[in-house]
Amino acid sequence: MNRAALILAHLGLTLALAPLLPGLVNKVKALFAGRVGPPVWQLYFDLAKLLRKTPVFSATTTKAFLAGPVASVAAPVAAVLLLPLGGAGAPLGFTGDAIAFAYLFGAARFLTILAALDTGSAFEGMGAAREATFAVLAEAALFMGLAALSRFSGSASLGPMLTAAGQGWRSAGGPLALVLAAWAIVFLVENCRIPFDDPNTHLELTMIHEVMVLDHSGPPLALVLYGASLKLWVLGALVVRLCLPLRGTWWIDWPAFLGGMVLLAAAVGVAESTMARLKLTRVSQALIAALVSGVFGFLLLLLQA
Amino acid sequence: MLLPALYICALLLASLSGVPGILGARSGGRIASWMLAGAALCGLGVAGAVLYGGLTWRLDLPWGLPGARLALAGDPVGSFILAPVVLVAACLSLYAEGYWDGPAHAATAPRLRLCFGLAMGALVLLTAAANAILFLFAWETMALMGFLMVSAQDQDAAVREAGWIYLVASHTGVLLLFAGFSLLAAGAGGYALGPLPAGFAATPAGTWAFLLLLAGFALKAGIGPLHVWLPGAHAAAPSHVSAALSGLLLKMGLLGMFRLLAWFPDPPLWWGGLLTGVGAVSGVMALAFALAQKDLKRMLAYSSIENVSIVALGLGLALAGKSLGLPALVVLGGAGALFHLLSHALLKPLLFMGAGAVLHATGTRDMERLGGLAHAMPRTALLFTAGAFGLCGLPPLNAFAGEWILYLGAFKGVQAGGWTGAGIVLAALALMGALALAAFTRACGIVFLGSPRSDLPLQAHEPPPSMVRPMALLLGLCILLGLAPLLLAPALQRAVATLAPGLPPLRSLAPLGHLSLVTAAALPVAWAAWAIATRNPGRRAVTWDCGYARPTARIQYTASSFSQMLTEAFRWLLVPIERLPRVQGLFPRNARFQVQTPDTLLDRGLKPGAQFLGWALSRLRFLQAGHLPIYLLYVVLTLAALLAWTLA
Repeated sequence: MNRAALILAHLGLTLALAPLLPGLVNKVKALFAGRVGPPVWQLYFDLAKLLRKTPVFSATTTKAFLAGPVASVAAPVAAVLLLPLGGAGAPLGFTGDAIAFAYLFGAARFLTILAALDTGSAFEGMGAAREATFAVLAEAALFMGLAALSRFSGSASLGPMLTAAGQGWRSAGGPLALVLAAWAIVFLVENCRIPFDDPNTHLELTMIHEVMVLDHSGPPLALVLYGASLKLWVLGALVVRLCLPLRGTWWIDWPAFLGGMVLLAAAVGVAESTMARLKLTRVSQALIAALVSGVFGFLLLLLQA
Repeated sequence: MLLPALYICALLLASLSGVPGILGARSGGRIASWMLAGAALCGLGVAGAVLYGGLTWRLDLPWGLPGARLALAGDPVGSFILAPVVLVAACLSLYAEGYWDGPAHAATAPRLRLCFGLAMGALVLLTAAANAILFLFAWETMALMGFLMVSAQDQDAAVREAGWIYLVASHTGVLLLFAGFSLLAAGAGGYALGPLPAGFAATPAGTWAFLLLLAGFALKAGIGPLHVWLPGAHAAAPSHVSAALSGLLLKMGLLGMFRLLAWFPDPPLWWGGLLTGVGAVSGVMALAFALAQKDLKRMLAYSSIENVSIVALGLGLALAGKSLGLPALVVLGGAGALFHLLSHALLKPLLFMGAGAVLHATGTRDMERLGGLAHAMPRTALLFTAGAFGLCGLPPLNAFAGEWILYLGAFKGVQAGGWTGAGIVLAALALMGALALAAFTRACGIVFLGSPRSDLPLQAHEPPPSMVRPMALLLGLCILLGLAPLLLAPALQRAVATLAPGLPPLRSLAPLGHLSLVTAAALPVAWAAWAIATRNPGRRAVTWDCGYARPTARIQYTASSFSQMLTEAFRWLLVPIERLPRVQGLFPRNARFQVQTPDTLLDRGLKPGAQFLGWALSRLRFLQAGHLPIYLLYVVLTLAALLAWTLA
């Protein structure tokens, strides 16, 4: 496949299929609860409805209030171009793209926090403070995983790093499992999933991400929801690619990748149905566990060869 | 001959920029700005010719002092730092016209302008000084002018104390440098600054010279634990002076460290490890303190410590690369360090100017009393926030490109294995990035967004254009370098080439052009999303507040509560002074909660230590009774002791 087709496949699949993931998660949760549940494409309906609505803005807010939703869409779209989905390489892959990948989400986080503080509400302030705090540990855990994979693959580009890791489970299963554990926790925390955060409650005092976007409505809220589904897709793809031993034949790899994403969504749904939300103080402990896991994975690989 | 002439022009214009004002010229501020703008043009011309044209220049004139020569050399490293020095100096002078030249500061303005000009001249001289005595001369001028500038408002006791600590720290640094350069001169056979013979690093004299010079330079750069002078001085100085201190003066310490790396051909590995370890600890520590500050300028000062620590991490990588024989590490560490140095030299003055505008408009630096300033000062808010965003190392601004090169260096070191320092650099960079994000979202969000937390922001106003324009110019440069970091590649390549012979090209190691592609992918999406978000202007209402009838601004998150979880985690380091309210009875009275975080090392270590030393030495005062016979007795006793010692 040439590069243009690859870019189109990446962008097309991501933009079109990302809202399906939350739908799948909710369907699994409904099955566990014995309900029929909303259709898997409920988020598409929601987005279409929100885009038609008139937004309500707080008089306290400035333009910074819109920067959060905008960045939360732009960052994952740019990040997905650095990530190999079903192929061996990313459309925009280059040495050091792993760092740009992580920092794009940092940029979105900065603007989301500002948008939250822009409302002058105690709830949003609370969410922003928690987000800024937990990000310290989550980012460190993500980077320790990247360091481990970089050591393992001898590259600083996500394409070769993830491909080598996917194929290396037999030779370095232990350290890779530690990295996977670290990234799985980061994935759940960053996407505000149970057991760390609950995307469904409206108890502001217990939430992190959701509480930061309480004041958004109409098209900006649509951007927030769409951005969240994109983030779920992109970080999910990172975890799925770490596990998949792809061999380089595209008509096997792409379906395998998509199947992996569906399985991931199902796993998230099962976790959300069978676990309770952790106490807030436990979230940082879980993140420290993720960080330690990442550090040990890295050290094992550093000392191995 | 053209380049030395241009350089001398820049030097003289900068040094003398304050003279017309002190001689009584009516528009002294404007004349100073024009002279510094001229200096900027000359300086940028010289730097451009060296960095992009590949030219070099030398000037060597005799000087009466023993060992000293007026030796100047335009090398790529000095030129790389000369460029931001002259540019930012001109911007700050323009800013000072609006900030300090009003009737409120009529008495201090001409003096301050004179010191500012001389300090900038000293900086220009430092970038090219090729003789140790000349270097120390310029260094001392810089330190003294810095002291005079910091204590501009010396009617305030806090300012006097900050100035005093700055002076003591600077002179300790000069002493260390003097000792270090003397050892170098013994090893290299002269006071000319340049490459040292192979094998010198392994001798005790070489090790001591390295450690002394490193400590002297680190003291000026403000790398922890030698940072004690920095937060107080930055908070006490007028804002444009804080900007010059943080953006430019600190960089001279880093310039010295970079030069030091280049002089030793065969450094042992533990030197790189030392630099890396110190950088990692100092950076994380500085951010912990930054998160606990309520004073906006003190917070920016701690952030400066963090940023010089990032540069130190890069220098540590380069030094280790030299010891390990990994040229890729030398290139990436050196280039990343220089790139980040430049980013910080442009961004931090921008932030200090923004903080100055806030201080100018509201009269306070206390973040807890601010809030909602974006409504009254939209341009300042935008410029400050953009600068803060950049300084967190986020794409697409310039600091990201520099940190990205450093990360690449760390990844290279990790891949090569054998040296855990690379892993430490990587972990420290990731930790600092996230902590800096917390510190700067806190500063921007609490100061500019939300509702006003006191009456002060209500009377705020946008600063005059002469204060806004320099900020806009610096931000424009940062955006340009962020969108197209490749522009800097040839200059970085030439500067890094001074570190070691036979280095691979930067382009082959760090595809800087691809960063522009990522930006090019993100910006159209952001633009489209912005169009969607703003298509419907919407309705205005109040912030959703759970249906409370009478919300007040006091229920907002404050600077302290925003960072509370993080400062709690660093409690062992910060040791805050807290006054907790005591709630008693069924109808408790109004309670107050107060928390304050002094610099642990300075206020709990050095100051009590110095006081104890003063007290202990005062016990010896009885020796100085003031009677002549007793002093004669001392002389006789000393002579007798010496006689006994020689005979025995």
